[in-house]
Amino acid sequence: MSQVIVVTSGKGGVGKTTTTANLGTGLALKGKRVVLVDTDIGLRNLDVVMGLENRIVYDLVDVVEGTCRLKQALIRDKRYEGLMLLPAAQTRNKMDVNPEQMKTLMQELRDNFDYVIVDCPAGIEQGFVNAVAGADDAIIVTVPEVSAVRDADRIIGLLGANGLTSARLLINRYNQAMVKKGDMLDTADILDILGIRLLGIVPEDQAIVRSSNLGEPIVTTANPAGQAYQNVVKRMLGEDVPLAVSKDDTGFIARMRRIFSRNKGA
Amino acid sequence: MDFGLFFRRKQASKDIAKKRLQIVLIHDKTDISPQLAMRIKNDIIACISRYIDIDESALEIELTRLGESHRAKAALVANIPILGVKKK
Repeated sequence: MSQVIVVTSGKGGVGKTTTTANLGTGLALKGKRVVLVDTDIGLRNLDVVMGLENRIVYDLVDVVEGTCRLKQALIRDKRYEGLMLLPAAQTRNKMDVNPEQMKTLMQELRDNFDYVIVDCPAGIEQGFVNAVAGADDAIIVTVPEVSAVRDADRIIGLLGANGLTSARLLINRYNQAMVKKGDMLDTADILDILGIRLLGIVPEDQAIVRSSNLGEPIVTTANPAGQAYQNVVKRMLGEDVPLAVSKDDTGFIARMRRIFSRNKGA
Repeated sequence: MDFGLFFRRKQASKDIAKKRLQIVLIHDKTDISPQLAMRIKNDIIACISRYIDIDESALEIELTRLGESHRAKAALVANIPILGVKKK
């Protein structure tokens, strides 16, 4: 059963594109047929994050307008079996596509792939409306900052109005040291405010910058963020990977401390 | 002598990022679609082939940049291997 999942956030710069690239690559590494769809028309970036920018011939707008067939626009990622990219147009704008056309496109993709991962643009205007049009599930990306969490709440409302009520949250750029000092919203705080299910937590990781410099998704590496993305992929596939939700219990040292203090108490 | 360069085994990822960005931006600014590039390539082949035998399979035409940083101009650079000059 194919799934069309939109990755959205409201706020820009929280990691939608990075998340799309890594979850898609992770699913492909698990043997799934995956297509990544960049719907940020006019400001495309999924192609550079994936390192596929030199292979674009046709794009999403070409497909929708019938300039080319879907297969001609899909870029096969030769590094990962089963992974493809449908790039956005760079010199057009969001109004060149409408939600009906997106629904038709998503249906055609659904017939050819196990997972269609849609990278949504920032904002709540036409680009957002297009991106969610053909989706049957959503991943909301946020970071532990008031502005991002506020926007995530707005997005949850808009998704609900579009019938997408099963959205799950991915908390990105989580800084355990800051959480421990009490200077960053922790997972429990964010879930308390937003009231949706948690899909995963990705720690802040400098290796992310290097990975986008090279155009190679971090999910293939042993870096902390790569491991976190691998866990998210497993959860998407129905595996039961434990989540650390309550305060101060994520890090290895914190866990050890808890075990020892429990023994002392007993 | 730059020992940093000497000891650095791989190219730094930021240098790769910069090169990739420069190429992407040239493409964004000139807006030459791959279809248009293909037509230019075919026209160049047709034109030059009237005078010279060229190796079409090894012919390379790419959009690149001339000059430094943000003042760089877009340039079409063609590498056209010549097999021989046609005799009249």
